[in-house]
Order: sequence, then structure tokens, then C-alpha cells
Amino acid sequence: MLAYAVRRLLFAIPTLLVISFIIFLILDLAPSDPTANLPLTIPQDVRQQIRLSLGLGEPMHVRYLKWLYQFAVNEPMHALEQLTGHHFSATPRVRVLSWQTRSPVVDLILQRLPQTLWVVGLSYVVGILIAIPIGIVSAVRQYSWFDQIGTFVSMVGYSVPTFFTGLLMIMLFSVHLGWLPSIYDTNLRVTDVASFWAQVKQMIMPVMVLALFNAAQISRYMRASMLENLTQDYVRTARAKGMREWVVVMVHVLRNSLIPVVTVIALGVPQIFGGAIITEQIFRVNGLGQLLITGIQGADIPLVQTLTFLFAALIVLFNLIADLLYGMLDPRIRYD
Amino acid sequence: MLDGTEPVLDVADLRTVFRTRDGGVYAVNGVSFSIAPGEVLGVVGESGSGKSVTMMSLMGLLPSPPAEVTGGRVLYQGRDVRTMRKAELRRIRGGEIGFVFQDPMTSLNPVFTVGFQLMEPLRAHLRLSKAKARARAAELLRLVGIPDPEARLDDYPHQFSGGMRQRVMIAMALSCDPKVLIADEPTTALDVTIQAQIVELMRDLRAKLGTGIIWITHDLDLVAEIADRVMVMYAGQVVEHGPVGALFADPQHPYTRALLATRPGVGGPRRRRLRVIEGQPPRLGAPPAACPFAPRCRHVFNRCRVENPPRMPVGEGHDVACWWDPETDFPRREPADA
Repeated sequence: MLAYAVRRLLFAIPTLLVISFIIFLILDLAPSDPTANLPLTIPQDVRQQIRLSLGLGEPMHVRYLKWLYQFAVNEPMHALEQLTGHHFSATPRVRVLSWQTRSPVVDLILQRLPQTLWVVGLSYVVGILIAIPIGIVSAVRQYSWFDQIGTFVSMVGYSVPTFFTGLLMIMLFSVHLGWLPSIYDTNLRVTDVASFWAQVKQMIMPVMVLALFNAAQISRYMRASMLENLTQDYVRTARAKGMREWVVVMVHVLRNSLIPVVTVIALGVPQIFGGAIITEQIFRVNGLGQLLITGIQGADIPLVQTLTFLFAALIVLFNLIADLLYGMLDPRIRYD
Repeated sequence: MLDGTEPVLDVADLRTVFRTRDGGVYAVNGVSFSIAPGEVLGVVGESGSGKSVTMMSLMGLLPSPPAEVTGGRVLYQGRDVRTMRKAELRRIRGGEIGFVFQDPMTSLNPVFTVGFQLMEPLRAHLRLSKAKARARAAELLRLVGIPDPEARLDDYPHQFSGGMRQRVMIAMALSCDPKVLIADEPTTALDVTIQAQIVELMRDLRAKLGTGIIWITHDLDLVAEIADRVMVMYAGQVVEHGPVGALFADPQHPYTRALLATRPGVGGPRRRRLRVIEGQPPRLGAPPAACPFAPRCRHVFNRCRVENPPRMPVGEGHDVACWWDPETDFPRREPADA
């Protein structure tokens, strides 16, 4: 298994190189201008100077290789130097800098990561915790009222976009009832019970909106997987052995049904880091999704390039994790 | 048949319907039989004749919906299985009546070790400790002839061959020393050498444990070899039933005769084609009002098409559901007529 994982990780390197280059090409093809957001009073020749100072005067491959060197060598070295306190070279390292803020992109990402992990990550966990029991009950009581309602809610949760459910919740709970704040306050520090409660209140809506969406998807997978396994011969064997219905469903069927669902869940994790862009916009959560949007709007190529590449790397990584989990859960699969 | 012994399982007038979108399918239509301790009852009939469904109905193992057991009485040691509480039914399933299913490749749970699956009934029914259950599980594997049983307990089903898996299934069914073993084509999926071993194994077990065995099969030669009594099923009914000797020597029902005639013989002149029973078993959209075999029967006459024959005694423990009398080639005289 370890040898397999190492081999897969090594294969990931060329894959990621190709991905990073494709991202770079696409961004380069886009007709964006980093000076477009600057005041109109700035004359054209100054704008041209700004572009040149950002490195846009250089040929494409030079820009790509510079980014690659900054990202793949300088950033890890910088992190290492920060960690150990030892400086390997006297000259300061050029890190990947944001064109908008002139601060290192990686620092920006680290600033935004906690909000995204808390709101989007928690919504994923809540979604899973809701979805799995619903999936199980819907399958065991197929076509019951519970199943019909579950199917309907899933359909709604999956097909109604989060910007609609989000606005609906803001209308209801913030505007009409005034129970919950409509804007997420990143500056809130949890120090006592009152501030903790404030934090919970501002998280409820974004978490629930995303959790509904995630739960809708995962519960359908869970239900389908359970239904497929409930009709298998081994279930009849378990009943014929005189096992309790609870044991039959929650031990025999569930263990088999979870295999594909766990894979789907693992493959969905990179989306957390992608940070549910729309939901973050609506609730003003300044997470990674919002960072990406502002980066795109400001033609902040290094930021967009780096962030998109990190998402790609996460997708590759979680594909590997999903495969390894599959091997761990299903004894029939061995990676040797 | 062990005479004078109370039957351990006594089934009367069992009826099962599958409620489908296109109406009901009447799969079991009033099946009655019983089995005594240490006895082997062979159940034969074409695919779709209701053999397996009968056995699963009586243990409540059919998925409901669509299946519904609509009538009948299933007495296990004098208690009615159909009306007893769930907990009691669970004790009988696996604890008192063991089941071996047809397909060993899919009947074991792929993600649990064989040891875990063997220990489950031991822990549930006999309340054995983990260590004791494990020891007993190993002993069971040895009993069914699996080498190195201790080590193999930790293997998963996919690490066993088909024959080995069927042995595991048998070990599982026998784990709590059941009084009755229902074996649904336990050797059909296996090759002939393994089949012989399994048959031998079952014989041993019957002798050692006094288990009554209900053996469902297509294989008439196998039945002739191991069964004490034979029950022939057609369209969810018992069409003929009797001691194995009498039934093979003097088959009364045209269907039984046809079944026996389909066996390819080794001796005698070689026939160019295998003999078949012409036609298809009926699709049972309603309980049969006439004899269900009439459309395929060579001896059919008017009464067969309007009245379903009841089971009528023709000899010692031998009965048949047919209006035709092979002795005279005339309609049979009903007991009531006589």
C-alpha cells in the first residue's frame, strides 16, 4: 500500500506540471488587464510602465518558469527558513506576490483558510452527518413517507442554487425575524460565552445553506448504495442466521454501502478548499472563494494561478486518498 | 423415514403471492409436508416450480413487499413460526433451522472475515464468549473439511474457492446444531468432485447430529442417492410425494414420469437428442383452478382442465395429485367416489 501511494505521488508530479501549465495558458489567453481597476486619471504610458514592472513585458515561457520557480522552490524554502530560523542564502527570496496587494499570495491564502475551513468544512461535516442517516432510513423504508419527503427535499436541495436558498434565509432570519446576522464578521474573536454565541449565530446560515446542498447529494448516494446492497444474497444469509434487523442493516449492509459513499465524500473534500465561492459572497465570509473572486476581478494573475493550482493539487491528492480508502474498506482490493 | 417419530417441522397449506405491478404471481399454492429428525426430504421440480420460494416463505425470508405469505401453518416443534414473535423467530432462524443457499459466491458478506460471519450466530444464539465462539468456528471449519481452519478464520470470502465457500455456508448453517437444515441446491454451483464431498459431508452430519435435511435440487440421481422421501413440485404445488424407492420405481404423476425420463442415461442405446418436457411451466397470475400441468400433459382429459386434483394416497406414504391412473390409463377413482 505504501509503495503504491509513493508511486502514485511520483506520478502526480508530471500531472501537476501539465495542469499548472494549462492553467497558466488559459489565464494568459484571457483578455485581462491588471491596471483596469486603477483610476482613469492614470495615463496610458504609466499604465504600460506598471504592466512592465509586473513582469508582463517578458515572454510567456519566462513568466511561467518564473512563477514555477517562485512557487515550487522559493515558497517551500521560505517556509523552511521561517520554521527553522536558519537562512540558506543572504539574498531575500522572491515569493509569489499578489499584483493587487503586493503581499505574498501564500500569506493571503493562509489568512483566508481558517474562515473557509470553519464555514465550508463544517457545512461538509454537517451535511455528511445529516445525509448518512437519511440515506439509510430512506433505503430501508423505500417509498415510505420518509423516503418520499427525503427525495423531495434532496431534489430541492440539489437543484435550487445556494444563492437562492442563501438569500431566502437572509430574508427570513435576518430581515424579517432579525435572529441572525446576514454578514459574517471575521474580526470576531471568541473569548467568552457571548462571543462564542455570536460566532455560532453568524455561522448558522452559511453552514446550513451549504450543508443542505451537500446532504442532498450525499444522501442520494447513500440511499442508492444501501438499496443496491439490501437485495444482495448475503443480506438474506444474515437474516437466515437469525441476526437482528438492526445488525443486518447497520453492520452487514452499511459496511458494504459505505465503500462507494466514502469515496464520493473523499473526492468532494477539495471543494471545501475551493470555498463555496457563491455562498461566501452572499454571507460575506472572506474565505478562499472570495479571495479567488476578487483575484479574478482584479486580474491578479499570480494569485489566481497559485490558488487554482492548489485546488488542482488537492484534487489529485484526494483522488489518491479516495483510492487508498477504497482499498482499506474493501478487502477484495489490494494495491500490490 | 424414521417411523413413530414426531415431525420436527410440519407445514400445512402454505401459500405465497408476489404482488407485482402486473398483478399477483401465485408462487406457492397450498404446499404441505413434514420432516422428521434425521430424515432427508428431496424436493425436485423445474426452475420456477416454487421449491425455493416455499422454503424461504416458511422462514419468512422473502422480501416483503413484494412477497406475501397469505396462508398456511408452519409448525416447528408444535409452535407456529408464522405467528410467533420476532425474537422467537430469530432464535429459530439459524439456531434451530439452518439454511444453505444456492450461490456460495454471493451468499457470504464480502467485507467481513469468514471467522466473523461464522461467529455471529454462535454469539447470538448460543451466547458464547468471543474466544469460545472462535474455537467453535474453527472446529466447524474442520468439520466441513477446510484445512488449517484456525488461520482461515481471518480470511475473507474472496480468498476461498466456490466449493470452500459452500462449505463455509454449510458450517454456518450447522453452527448451532440445528434440528432442520434447508439446503437450497447446495451443490448446483459446484463441480462434481466437490459435490460428492458435500453430499458425503451432509450424510455424516445427519448421522452424527440427527439433523432433518430438506434438500432442494434439480438432480434426480442425487435425490435417488440420498433422500428418504421425495416431494415433486410443479406450479407451486406438490404434485407427487412418496418414499424414494416407491416414487422412482412407480412414478404416478405424468410430470414425475416426464422428469425421470429426461435423465440422460449412461447405459443403453445412445439417443441422438436429450429428452425434454415440451412447453413451459405456467405463469401463475391466479391460483391454479385446473391442473396446472394439463397443457403439457400427454394423458390429459376433460376433468384435468376444469378441476385441480387434490393429493390422493396411492400407497404407503405415497400420494399424487393427478386424475389419471397409470395402472389403468383411465381416470383415477377418487377416495370419496370409492
